[in-house]
Amino acid sequence: MPRADPYLLPLAGLLTAVGLTEIYRLGPANAFKQGLWIVIAVAVFAGTLIWLRRDYRVLENYKYLFGLSAIALLFMPLLPGIGQTVNGARLWVHAGGLQFQPGELGKIALIVFLAAYLREKREVLAQGRLKDWGPLLVIWGAAMMVLFVTADLGSALLYYGIFLAMLYLATARLSFVAVGLGLFLAGSVAVYKGTPHVRDRVTNWLHPWTTHAVYCPLSGGRALRQDCQSYQEVQSLYSIAHGGFGGTGLGSGTFTNAAGHQIIPDLNTDFIYSALAQELGLIGAAALVLLYMVFVLRGFRVALMAGEGFSKLLAAGLTFGLALQTFIIIGGILRVIPLTGITLPLVSYGGSSVLSNFLVLAGLMLVSDRANREVDPS
Amino acid sequence: MNRQLRRLALVTVLMLVVLVGATTYWQAWAAGGLQDKQDNAIERVIQFTIQRGLIVPESGKVTFAANRKVRVKGQTFFFRRYPTLGLAAQTIGYSTASRSQAGLEQSMNDYLTGSNTNLSNAFQRQLDRLGGGTVKGNKLVLSLDPSAQALAMKQLGHNCGAVVAMNIKTGAVLVLASTPTYNPNLIDQPGGYAKVLKIRGGCGSASALLPRTTKGLYTPGSTFKMITAAAALDTGKFKPWSRFYDPGYCTEYGKPVSNAGNPDQGGTEVFGNVTLAQGFQHSINSVFCNVGKALGAKTVLDYAKRFGFYSTPPLETPADERAPSGLYTYTKKGRVLFNPRDPNTAVDPGRLAFGQERMLATPLQMAMVAATIANKGVVPRPYVVQRIVGPDGSIVRDTKSSNLGRAIKPKTAAELNAMMVSVVQGGTGTAAQIPGVLVAGKTGTAETGVPNVYTAWFVCFAPADNPRYAVAVVLEKQLNGFGGVVSAPIAKAVLQNLLHG
Repeated sequence: MPRADPYLLPLAGLLTAVGLTEIYRLGPANAFKQGLWIVIAVAVFAGTLIWLRRDYRVLENYKYLFGLSAIALLFMPLLPGIGQTVNGARLWVHAGGLQFQPGELGKIALIVFLAAYLREKREVLAQGRLKDWGPLLVIWGAAMMVLFVTADLGSALLYYGIFLAMLYLATARLSFVAVGLGLFLAGSVAVYKGTPHVRDRVTNWLHPWTTHAVYCPLSGGRALRQDCQSYQEVQSLYSIAHGGFGGTGLGSGTFTNAAGHQIIPDLNTDFIYSALAQELGLIGAAALVLLYMVFVLRGFRVALMAGEGFSKLLAAGLTFGLALQTFIIIGGILRVIPLTGITLPLVSYGGSSVLSNFLVLAGLMLVSDRANREVDPS
Repeated sequence: MNRQLRRLALVTVLMLVVLVGATTYWQAWAAGGLQDKQDNAIERVIQFTIQRGLIVPESGKVTFAANRKVRVKGQTFFFRRYPTLGLAAQTIGYSTASRSQAGLEQSMNDYLTGSNTNLSNAFQRQLDRLGGGTVKGNKLVLSLDPSAQALAMKQLGHNCGAVVAMNIKTGAVLVLASTPTYNPNLIDQPGGYAKVLKIRGGCGSASALLPRTTKGLYTPGSTFKMITAAAALDTGKFKPWSRFYDPGYCTEYGKPVSNAGNPDQGGTEVFGNVTLAQGFQHSINSVFCNVGKALGAKTVLDYAKRFGFYSTPPLETPADERAPSGLYTYTKKGRVLFNPRDPNTAVDPGRLAFGQERMLATPLQMAMVAATIANKGVVPRPYVVQRIVGPDGSIVRDTKSSNLGRAIKPKTAAELNAMMVSVVQGGTGTAAQIPGVLVAGKTGTAETGVPNVYTAWFVCFAPADNPRYAVAVVLEKQLNGFGGVVSAPIAKAVLQNLLHG
């Protein structure tokens, strides 16, 4: 890939290194496993580049296969026997000692499908005839179903956000986005009313601290909310606040109590940003977000340079997906939006996450390589 | 499609900018508030990694608060211990693992943990943190005199009560004794807090946690005559030799209010023709009742305010562990300070004049009244933290003595001084006499509402000819216990200790 964007790979490498360092600091045994996953991911990354080196646009021909596999992957955790519920959301698949989140790969399949489908139908969609909307309504319905059944607000928001962004890119109709958001809000309200798990998340978001004991679903008794269901969020904020401007310094943060137990659950996955913000401080945390920003800007640059619709939509979809995922988890931690468990791309501990993000990187490299070759064939 | 792409890129970048903004909010603006949250598990751990400053008296070998060093999984933790147990528990307070704090441990926490920020120490602190070194707090050096404090605690014994002693020139508080007391080391032990709550003093129901010296509100009774007399003399309306006729009672709203039967009177006595000074010496209620009616409640209250009533006395302990003295009224919310707009119509001047009505005062406030009279009319500003010393031995803060303004003229103070000397020499307070030292004092035996059960006061200073120390003693629920009988000997013992120690 001699003509690929020269910034994407080093940026991804840097983010992965930051993540691996923090994971090592929090638990060396996990860092070894994460290292193994990174090796596997890099192999898959290289394999993808070699496989699609001629022309990745052959993927367009299999768009419905991608669409179907996206839906299959999303619903996989619901299958009895292999599906697993972790922290109230059903996201995991457990098979033969191996655990993974199929939604991570589903996300990429969805983006490939949307890029191909929207490229083909963008003109007719822009006219707004109802019969062309079928597949898109199916996607909306699927996202809502996923949200309703898995109770995973974060993933639903992610898939649906990617869908709306790509729809806007393809049709240039802000009204579609407005209608889409309206439908999403309507669906969310219904889910909010029907799903206690989602309702708790919103309550934790709005009122994480109580001055009087309230009902605690975890113990069944009464407790202050910050000692019960919003404990994780609140302690994570304390961790960030403890970092201050300069941070405690890498390795000097406080993550265990005086008895040696970890204070914040899921620290190296969903909450790795709280750990980083404590040890690296505002300077380090802002630098980390800036790394994402540069990566995202390079990603959109690739989309701008790309020659035709599928490539543009693919690059933009992959980039926006990564940015939105970053926003959903860090924004959730920082109480900008309700918190939903989702990994921080490239940084969090987790095999499926590392694998899918290296696939995103491979997609962007492929598109940029081709675009640069077309612009300057020499 | 490029126009849409640019717009989407802009929105995406804005989302990430929001993240930087939100991070800044939590790490800069909100950080302080979050660090103070009681459930902050990180700060709970951090507080033990800080070598909290010691709390020691300026003189004497005891340590009020020290640290116990423990190593857990390669980390060094410092746990608090209180070697002096109940000696000055309500003043020192406690600082526990669950981050509940009281007393100086609470109000001086920033100094004790070294987090009092200025530019130079913030930088040093960051270096300490990054270098992995132990953060060391500042040492508090208190003006409390451990030997006089111990004596006062011993003298109070099983009574519920308090002793306050202060240096009248500097305002340095030397004794803050409050009983019943508790062992602050218990607070952090399992079930320890419940044990402390169960402590009952000799008076029956009493909270050991209550700092009676600064928050205990008691009817001042006849000790309030110091203020009524100050108002009478300072306004020029009366002289020490002003004459009164005492029929044994004072007529208020058409009803007789009889004199208290002080022990030197053998029951309710009739004194006949007396002077104001004699009325003070023998604590004759009818005299003061008439003085109060002549002056009006407003004038008396105005003088009380000059001595510090109606404002919370300045001391380094937490503000909610101190109470202002003044008239109190009972409402649905409980006891609240009552500041009448027109005292002349809202307050009974006769009963106010001898410290009944709804007047309540803290022992610290009454010690300040005696100290003011001893200090020629200027109210000394009380303090208990003499110095704050940094971990490197540098002086972080040195308390300079100051005052809260002039309450009465020097001439009035001199006249009151003489009247208070006569109380000890031949009046209601003879039990406070010290051979070779001129003691000035005023007794108080306030009604509690229960027959023959009194709040017994003695407020004094010595030596009267060259005043150094003021002492206030209060004992709760004394059965037939008069201030001059039960409280005066305690004040005498504390004064002797201070004068000879």
